[in-house]
Amino acid sequence: MTMRPITFFRAGSIDEAVAAVSSHPDSAFLAGGTTEIDLLRLNVVQPTLLVDVNDLPLTYLEDVDDGGVRIGAMARMSDVARAPRIVERYPGMSQALLLGASEQLRNMASMGGNMCQRTRCSYFRDGQSPCNKREPGSGCSALTGINRGHAVLGTSEQCIATHPSDVAVALVALDAMIRTIGPDGTNAIPIERFFLRPADTPSIEHPLAHGELIVAIDVPALPVARTSRYVKHRDRASYEFALVSVFSAMRVDDAGNVAELRLALGGVGTVPWRAHRAEEALIGRPATPENFAAAADAEFADARTTPMNEFMVTFAKRAIVRELSEVTS
Amino acid sequence: MRVTCVVNGETREADDVWPGESLLFVLRERLGLPGAKNACEQGECGSCTVYLDGQPVCACLVAAGQAQGRTVTTVEGLAPGSGEEQLDRVQRAFLATGAVQCGFCTPGLIVAVHDLLARDPAPSDPDIREALAGNLCRCTGYEKIMEAVRLAATS
Amino acid sequence: MSPVVGKPVNRVDGPDKVTGTGRYCGEIVLPGLAYGLIVGAAVANGRVVSIDETAARAAGGVFGIMTHRNTPKVANQPRLIPSLAGQPAPGESFFPMQDDVVHYWGQPVALVVADSEEAAAHAAALLDITYEPGVPVATIADGRASATQAKTLFGGLMPATDERGDVEGALAAAEVTVDATYHFAANHHNPLETSVTTAQWDGDRVTLWDSTMGVRASQLTVASLLGIPLSDVRVITHFVGGGFGSKAMVWPHVTLAAMAARHVGRPVRLALTRPQSFTSNGHREEQEQRITLGAGRDGRLTAIRHRKLSVTSPFDDWAEPATGVSTQIYGCDNYLGDHQLIHGNTMTPTFTRAPGESLGSFTLETAMDRLAYELGMDPIELRIMNHPPVDNHGNPWSSDGMADCLRRGADLFGWAGRDPTPGTRQEGNDLIGTGVAGAGYPVAFMMPVQHARARIFHDGSVVIQTSAQEFGIGVTTSMSQVGADGLGVDMDVLRFEAGDTDLPNTTSAVGSMGATMQSSAVHNAATTLRNDLIAHAVNDGKSPLHGLSPSSVKVADGRMTSTLDPSIGESYADLLQRNRLLDMEALGSWTPPGMDTPHGLLTFGAQFAEVAVDKDLGLVRVRRMTGVFAPGRVLNPKLARSQLLGGMLWGLGQALLEGNQIDRQSGRWALNNLGEYLVPVHADIPDIQVDFVEVEDDVVGPLGVKGVGEVGQVGAAAAIANAVFHATGRRMNELPMTAEVVMNGGGPG
Repeated sequence: MTMRPITFFRAGSIDEAVAAVSSHPDSAFLAGGTTEIDLLRLNVVQPTLLVDVNDLPLTYLEDVDDGGVRIGAMARMSDVARAPRIVERYPGMSQALLLGASEQLRNMASMGGNMCQRTRCSYFRDGQSPCNKREPGSGCSALTGINRGHAVLGTSEQCIATHPSDVAVALVALDAMIRTIGPDGTNAIPIERFFLRPADTPSIEHPLAHGELIVAIDVPALPVARTSRYVKHRDRASYEFALVSVFSAMRVDDAGNVAELRLALGGVGTVPWRAHRAEEALIGRPATPENFAAAADAEFADARTTPMNEFMVTFAKRAIVRELSEVTS
Repeated sequence: MRVTCVVNGETREADDVWPGESLLFVLRERLGLPGAKNACEQGECGSCTVYLDGQPVCACLVAAGQAQGRTVTTVEGLAPGSGEEQLDRVQRAFLATGAVQCGFCTPGLIVAVHDLLARDPAPSDPDIREALAGNLCRCTGYEKIMEAVRLAATS
Repeated sequence: MSPVVGKPVNRVDGPDKVTGTGRYCGEIVLPGLAYGLIVGAAVANGRVVSIDETAARAAGGVFGIMTHRNTPKVANQPRLIPSLAGQPAPGESFFPMQDDVVHYWGQPVALVVADSEEAAAHAAALLDITYEPGVPVATIADGRASATQAKTLFGGLMPATDERGDVEGALAAAEVTVDATYHFAANHHNPLETSVTTAQWDGDRVTLWDSTMGVRASQLTVASLLGIPLSDVRVITHFVGGGFGSKAMVWPHVTLAAMAARHVGRPVRLALTRPQSFTSNGHREEQEQRITLGAGRDGRLTAIRHRKLSVTSPFDDWAEPATGVSTQIYGCDNYLGDHQLIHGNTMTPTFTRAPGESLGSFTLETAMDRLAYELGMDPIELRIMNHPPVDNHGNPWSSDGMADCLRRGADLFGWAGRDPTPGTRQEGNDLIGTGVAGAGYPVAFMMPVQHARARIFHDGSVVIQTSAQEFGIGVTTSMSQVGADGLGVDMDVLRFEAGDTDLPNTTSAVGSMGATMQSSAVHNAATTLRNDLIAHAVNDGKSPLHGLSPSSVKVADGRMTSTLDPSIGESYADLLQRNRLLDMEALGSWTPPGMDTPHGLLTFGAQFAEVAVDKDLGLVRVRRMTGVFAPGRVLNPKLARSQLLGGMLWGLGQALLEGNQIDRQSGRWALNNLGEYLVPVHADIPDIQVDFVEVEDDVVGPLGVKGVGEVGQVGAAAAIANAVFHATGRRMNELPMTAEVVMNGGGPG
């Protein structure tokens, strides 16, 4: 039996892992594997060297910076979701984790791996259709195909694939920092710069050098996040990617004005979508349903839709207004 | 590559394993343990649920190499002995309540329920429904499976 | 010992399933086993221009590659007939890899056989296939202009048009009319076990371990296609991981497995991958249905016009029959039902759970709800008023129960006092509504004579045999019960053997007919053997029962006793041992009454649902379901309840989640896995209850069993849609009722 040649190497240290990947052109880190093994078996990704990082000492959760948390990249989603400091300080993040995938997948999937989760676009995953993300320059089948679940924000003429993560939505709202170690040393990437919109290069999803390993995610202290929430709307009651999800953390002052707001959306963007426009439209203004609706309108002003997914704009706006109204009441 | 792991309490070895193989493939095709089922191949149905180092996972999405040196328990390893009275309480509850139909989801569900009851001895109905959302039953015997979980929890 | 038929006996196949030790057809271990993998066409219309096998062959571990260039020509392509009929039953009257033409996306164009599944997958990926693509037409939207009236369905077995009276005249004269058009997305069965066949040749004989709902159908079809005697094809199946219609017909891969095993000179296992299961075993076709009802102000129906338009393959006139229930469940002198077809670039669609009538009834039962609102009548009373004592030919029902199902369901569900005004109940963000639907599913006597064998050994142990398949329905359990009661023995001494064409044959267990057919044959075999044993005893001078009339001998727990004096008797084992008989056996047969039996043949039920509809987001969640059914004798309520619950939850999936469409650019199904083709999960399941209305039926076989596999699904989606209307005031004209359908007012119709 001669198979597609793949070498498997379990790294004993971070340096060993980084050296192994960076010295080999077709190599990849392997964390939980719940996306990567799937895509490997679908022939969508074809690494010839898999560097298993599951033995690296990166499963920790520890306090940093007066109330922030540093999450090791190999911490499992199920462990992070139930960690008391996450539940207390960032309940919306815990909820996002528990609403993602299934218990079995959360037990295997790592936090660092989740940051590198690939899209569920069926044209990307089929390994055959024209897809600029999988095969640059081949075209985008989704633009004129079956695109009910495709993104309406952050799209380009080259790609409308939706980012699938739940917890990343929470993390963009929380201004997390992605910490890496690569062949050129350590790096810290603000999370919103970590997720690249497709623009003209949908195949490039992150500003990572080959061999650069995510080692931790820093979540800064944020008192308002102690009342944060994550609401996920989907066709079936569980075990499905979001139609629209909303992460919110809001403080309304005594005068009834929005004093602080973190708002991010899942299911609608090519990246985990921080709703900056909506935040700007609301901060300092009265927390009223009318203002929530105006803020939602502002967020989706540039939405680009297809006949199949145009309902998502209305759906998402209503979801935002409902979420902020419920938080306020 | 050679993969060595402890499966259902015994050290097992598989040689000439292709690193792209799944743990599920190793269990079913190399180690003669067909209990965990190959149904969706993509982590979407839970039929291949096994314990990996004590955590239930979808064996179809675990690379064989990831299991190297780890401990695996499959549905075949849950009962302390053969014979109906020797079955695990979850297996007995599935039989008693009629929670088994075509049987293809059953092994994965039994592992998932076994884990659920270890974490939460008296889960509420909503907790059961959510905890088992990753295990599809197409027959679809969800109501009977709920009964089985409730029965197992009290037996 | 009391009878076990009707008792909630535990499954006899349960222990093998909960321990993971039962071997399904893809788990058969054979020396030298090779692994086949189909390569499906990557275009939906066109031609294979070239297949370069160089790299695939160089990959190693490859035993053989079959393409249209080297695949044997089929000997005799059978036409398409439902497997219940007991004839060869190909899923489509087309066999792939006979030439270079591609008719549908995923059509097999090559088959790789290698020394492992992984090696086969690797080699398959290395096959370099080029196509000359044509423009696919695979949807109603693209093919509407080419639609034609179907003359017959199922290879001529049933007419595609059903007409009586003067529908147009009656509609024109009707005091009240309802007119609605619906669009239904395609459905896929998705049993958790994809279809798999393991084939092994021994000289000229082939054995197939096939995940089928009918071993006999597989045998007939493969023998015909290969041109070999039936006696040279043995089909075995002991465990099947669900079927739901996908394994009712015999698809090309089954025969390809046999061809591949001969090609490489080794046993071959050929399993469909999950994505291939969307393109290799049929589907419930995309369809439109339009219904027009005419009625008097008093609620009496005067006219029903029910038409269906759907997409079929280029080679078969297949449509799920949609009008078999609407023509008869309510009395109406003027009726037209017909089917129009678009021949497009799909494979031939097929039976999918509650075939035809689940969507036909959705159309009828949501229209009846509209009519009830038009008339200001209670929808239950409207149905009961229109439900006749006879079928559309004037024949009395073999057994009825419809009105009782509706009434009992209303009691259980708490229907009384319901305010019918739509949109009046709100809880938080949810609009709450309730709905009802009637249910009926045809009992189809199209099968030939059925056989079973009962055999008792001289130690009193018993084997009952028939070729039935266990795909989850519980046949091994319920037939053990029937056999035990028929023979008068304890279930513990009886083993039921099934799933093998070497056993006496019953036809495919489809269309809810499995329990009826098998129980009739098994009952007759067991009672024939019992009678033979009693006759032996009363004629045996050494028997304490000597000289008694056979009718004054009863049997329980394997012991024959005089009904006059229970102290007089002996066991079967004593009788056999004394006479130096190692065993006795009897063949039991059952001849179905036939399609022309002068009886109305439907299994009836009633469905109720309560839904919560998110008023802003359109998401529907079902809170409660109640189903009441009248399936005749229930052999095992634990098993029957599971079947009916399962059917109702299929109805929930059909209503809210399940739908696929073809990408018009490529002709490819948009969804091809269980992450995207959504089926219900645990968290979707409402509070659900099932109850029975007892009816006696002496037409449908000696035990009066009507079957429960399909009727549980019929009406479930309609009850949910009617509840959504009650909640929102919006009529749903599209399935599945996804968020945007509900938000946008219900769809096109």
